[in-house]
Amino acid sequence: MRVIPISANASLTLVDESSACASENGEVPRLDLPLTRRSLLRGSGVMMGTLAAGSPVSLLAPSTAWALELKSLSKSQGEVILKMGRALYPHKRLPDAVYALLVKDLDAKAAGDAATAKMLSEGVAALDQAAGGSFAKAPEKKRKELVKAMEGKEFFAAVRGQCITSLYDNDMAYKVFGYPGSAWEKGGYITRGFQDLKWLPAPPAKASPAPYLG
Amino acid sequence: MAKIDFNDDAAVVIIGSGAGGGTLANELCQKGIKVIVLEAGALQSPSTFINDEWKSFGQLAWLDTRTTSGTWRIAKDFAGLPAWICKTVGGSTTHWAGASIRFQEHEFKVRSHYGPLDGTSLMDWPLTLQELEPWYARAEDKLGVTRTNGIPGLPGNNNFKVMYAGARKLGYKEVHTGNMAINSQPRQDRGRCMQLGFCFQGCKSGAKWSTLYTELPAAGATGNLDLRPESHVVRIEHDDAGKVNAVVYHDKAGKQIRQKARVVCVAGNSIETPRLLLLSASNLFKDGLANSSGQVGRNYMRHMTGSVYAAFKEPVHMYRGTTMAGIIQDEAGHDPRRGFVGGYEMETLSLGVPFMAAFLDPGAWGEDFAWWMDHYAHMAGMWLVGEDMPRESNRVTLNDKVRDQYGNPVPNVHFDDHPNDVAMRNHAFAQGEKVYKAAAAIRTYRTPPYPSTHNLGTCRMGADKSASVCNRFGQTHDIANLFISDGSQFTTGGAENPTLTIVSLAIRQADYIARQMTARAI
Repeated sequence: MRVIPISANASLTLVDESSACASENGEVPRLDLPLTRRSLLRGSGVMMGTLAAGSPVSLLAPSTAWALELKSLSKSQGEVILKMGRALYPHKRLPDAVYALLVKDLDAKAAGDAATAKMLSEGVAALDQAAGGSFAKAPEKKRKELVKAMEGKEFFAAVRGQCITSLYDNDMAYKVFGYPGSAWEKGGYITRGFQDLKWLPAPPAKASPAPYLG
Repeated sequence: MAKIDFNDDAAVVIIGSGAGGGTLANELCQKGIKVIVLEAGALQSPSTFINDEWKSFGQLAWLDTRTTSGTWRIAKDFAGLPAWICKTVGGSTTHWAGASIRFQEHEFKVRSHYGPLDGTSLMDWPLTLQELEPWYARAEDKLGVTRTNGIPGLPGNNNFKVMYAGARKLGYKEVHTGNMAINSQPRQDRGRCMQLGFCFQGCKSGAKWSTLYTELPAAGATGNLDLRPESHVVRIEHDDAGKVNAVVYHDKAGKQIRQKARVVCVAGNSIETPRLLLLSASNLFKDGLANSSGQVGRNYMRHMTGSVYAAFKEPVHMYRGTTMAGIIQDEAGHDPRRGFVGGYEMETLSLGVPFMAAFLDPGAWGEDFAWWMDHYAHMAGMWLVGEDMPRESNRVTLNDKVRDQYGNPVPNVHFDDHPNDVAMRNHAFAQGEKVYKAAAAIRTYRTPPYPSTHNLGTCRMGADKSASVCNRFGQTHDIANLFISDGSQFTTGGAENPTLTIVSLAIRQADYIARQMTARAI
């Protein structure tokens, strides 16, 4: 596992455990759907969900069902964190499977570090307590208020920071937001629409000469 | 490729292989001078570059520990990452966007032109635009800069179309696809731009100039270059007479090696260059090498920067094509009626979804942030880059409390925005928003500065030895055979992206070093 801290307070830390790219050709494997059918029962809990059939994201997955095996967090803790991710970065078009990546990444950190496990566990308990029992079952508006009230705390910073890489750096998010990622293996955009915008006039050739296609 | 003995004391040792060091190496090798380049980073190639923002960042960026202080927002958002520069063969020429613009005449004499300004250390350069023009011309030819030497401009992408339409509506006149060191057509063994959209991640088509696959191989072909990747210099040594005579570095295996040298040129970018001089303090030079003025590490500049992103009703797909696809230059001049001295450039910029999430507004969350990410495909973006004010208190120092992998103090980068920087940023934000509103943006967003890519001025050149580190050729005032060969030697920053000027100074410095060697002056 390669860890690249880019912030001293560790609120934004990149964890790349999905094997780096093949260095001989720079190809990037993206296998980060939390889908696993093997050894489901060895960990601390399992979260499951379903991708809406026919949604753009479901086209990426071998199956519409997804499951995440947890190593440290319990299933109910995972659900609190998933809902907290949604309260922090509410994207109607992002399926729960993307927010489950947040749980997966935090769970991996908790499994590797007792202090992190404790901090997450206490943070989840605090959210549940503030919700009067179950944060996951509180109404959406209430969840947002409860998360807001945690701002400034270590737990909040850890979850929010992890969201940046967990939620926005995966194939499902790319698909939903309309970002195709790697372009070189498709020949770039020189013949694939880099200047296909039609709702504004094209600049004159002096400002923007025609592409060389020789 | 040459193999030079560790005890051979006849070679020029260059620390760093980026725009300054890589260019200088090639220029010296072409003149028949033996050169050793020590590069802290590993060797990559276009085939190993990665079209993935985080993975590429892990591959190319300088991630050794650094600390920050001061009131700049970077110290809060990216406390351990003051700069987004590279640790790899080719240095930050792997990462740069390719914008290659000459300084304006007045930017070499800002103290005379702008007058004194409280809280700044404004100083005139010890050279003029006229003196540098022939070197700029050579640099433009070397880099293959578009709109020079008969090279056509690049075709503008969708992001540029939006900028152009808004800028023209607003009345701006200097709007085009820029002067870019990216081949618009094949030239000098390099292909044309494929509009990959990953300029910052290392150009996989090799259309963008980088010393990695231009200067360094050309230098290697002369038989005079000994390029040593993964060689991290930790100390420069000197003899009893106070002349530098060796450098100490850690090789890939961590083994400490001493390489003798006739001349040492430091080109580690403006954080590591002063750090290395400070780390090399000795009984003779107690405050660090070349630091009798006390100016080593001071006057750290990082350009006034900021970005404006805008969302539109219709799609833009700004990620398609060159990252810096066009420029507005109407605000680049000096016009104090705007409420600040100096000027700024407006250049298109785009980030992928991963980096947009990280940089749009670090620390932000909630529905508004999510709204912007939801509109990613409908966004256009521009970067604002202008002259910031040199200040003695903005400086790189050694942080004795934090040690790096070799046990040395890490650099601390302290920066406080000058009121002029703030005024310029606010003006630039407002103008950027006007551009996009003129193109019918539904919303605009003011994005704070990214970790610094233009790090300048920590070993500035000057005519006055008591107020500067090196002379007009980058030769340090205190040690004749020790040179500053990167953006650290900039007296002031200008509004322009600095690489073309770094390259021009390196070509000129090579000429000077060769003459000094021939004359046995060094």
